[in-house]
Amino acid sequence: MGKVDRGITALTRGAKRYSLAALARQALGGHMGWPRAWRDAAPRERYQVIIIGGGGHGLATAYYLAAVHGIRDVAVLEKGWIGGGNTGRNTTIIRSNYLWDESAALYEHSLKLWEGLSQDLNFNLMFSQRGVLTLAHSVHELKEMSRRVNAIRLNGIDSVVMTPAEIKKLVPIIDISPNLRYPVMGGFFQQRGGTARHDAVAWGYARAADDFGIDIIQNCEVTAIRRDGDRVVGVDTSRGSIGADKIGCVTSGHSGVLAAMAGITLPIESRPLQALVSEPIKPVIDTVVMSNAVHMYISQSDKGELVLGAGTDAYNSYAQRGSLPVIEHMLEAAVELYPIVSRVRVLRTWGGIVDTCPDASPIISKTSVGGLYFNCGWGTGGFKATPGSGHVFADLIARDAPNAIAAPFALDRFESGRLIDEHGAAGVAH
Amino acid sequence: MLLIPCPWCGPRDESEFQYGGEAHKKRPADPAAADDRAWGQYLYHGHNPKGLYLERWRHAAGCRRWFNVARDTVSHEIVEVYAAGDLPRDAAARAVHAANWRRAEEDG
Repeated sequence: MGKVDRGITALTRGAKRYSLAALARQALGGHMGWPRAWRDAAPRERYQVIIIGGGGHGLATAYYLAAVHGIRDVAVLEKGWIGGGNTGRNTTIIRSNYLWDESAALYEHSLKLWEGLSQDLNFNLMFSQRGVLTLAHSVHELKEMSRRVNAIRLNGIDSVVMTPAEIKKLVPIIDISPNLRYPVMGGFFQQRGGTARHDAVAWGYARAADDFGIDIIQNCEVTAIRRDGDRVVGVDTSRGSIGADKIGCVTSGHSGVLAAMAGITLPIESRPLQALVSEPIKPVIDTVVMSNAVHMYISQSDKGELVLGAGTDAYNSYAQRGSLPVIEHMLEAAVELYPIVSRVRVLRTWGGIVDTCPDASPIISKTSVGGLYFNCGWGTGGFKATPGSGHVFADLIARDAPNAIAAPFALDRFESGRLIDEHGAAGVAH
Repeated sequence: MLLIPCPWCGPRDESEFQYGGEAHKKRPADPAAADDRAWGQYLYHGHNPKGLYLERWRHAAGCRRWFNVARDTVSHEIVEVYAAGDLPRDAAARAVHAANWRRAEEDG
């Protein structure tokens, strides 16, 4: 895992850099003079590359196409508003402590890009390496965790096993008493993990991509993928037909819909994934803690809200909402582990539609259709991979061949049997 | 929360049920003859429509029987509940069954 190629990181084409001086200047004008961060582009007749899906992954793909590969004749088509799908619905957790070498390479590639991404994009992503702690609630789980930590460290990724006493020191609100139904037996910690502001990631990539001349086209829903024989030639959209040499689909929960348009199948099930925030309270937890056994994870936003999540609902859905038992379940676990939250009120709950893959690993792949690429299957854990996903997908589209990081995540693994089974490391807060 | 009408026990909360995924999947008739692609399609690739979907449920905390449900994945409306092994009677649900890419694979 060498150094990552960040490409051109300067805003060169006219976007005014954000800085302390700019902030002071704008303050004098009552902050009425800030320019818009990206153009409201209308679709042109054709592009070299069309990216379908204006979430973090899609915008990152477009950005790296320009920054690393010099491909600027690119449009990002978004059916709603950018970052309005899963990019704005996730719980913003970032980590790279995966078991298998293939996953370690991909997620660590992403984490290295996160480190310095605010500078690359000249946009404060509020990237906070507050650490991610995963709890063990049984002897078996602790042993498996130790084995995983060894594997992770062999891949050059930071991780340490922690005792209950160390955990209590790190997370004072946690109950480590042995009387719990699922007592805290230990855990493992990645200090370089943490959180980032999810909206800012979309906005930062959009602004920087726009500065390269890339068109970000919102309210533009793709209704058909046009083919000429075995190659794509463009798309039909709610804003007219647009031609393209290459099309990258990055539509998470709607990947199956796009695949059906293109006449291919995917090993993807679309499921609701719910999360919730509490009313804002004073700072009580300054790291991220997740637990697979009691199935819940928690962090605290900079606004003071406790952010909680759990697993997906059991059934296929495109409804962006789930069932109440999932919420009840995660609150039961929260109250058990952190008794002080028992009287904190829930502010809101929501759901997003995630694209779950049989091996809990993503698909970054060419397809049987020439010029058509899919980046999907991130399931419940795509946010952490936003920069790395965009970086390797841009590389795949530009060169029409997967690089060493992307190659294991091709679609053909579901025929060869070379699955990358990360259900263990994916855990609850995948 | 879904209210699922179990054909044997009547309407019950979703939390009593176990989800079984796509209905009407056929295991390759001659397993030894099926190639890697056929196995991959059967084991992993899914029919994941936005709209009416034919799926299996089991009343795990009740009669423990499997049955099929035609449910809309956008509205969550349950259009029809029918026995495992049967086809739906509802015309729209039948159309979904016929349009599933697996039918072409099965015929081929």
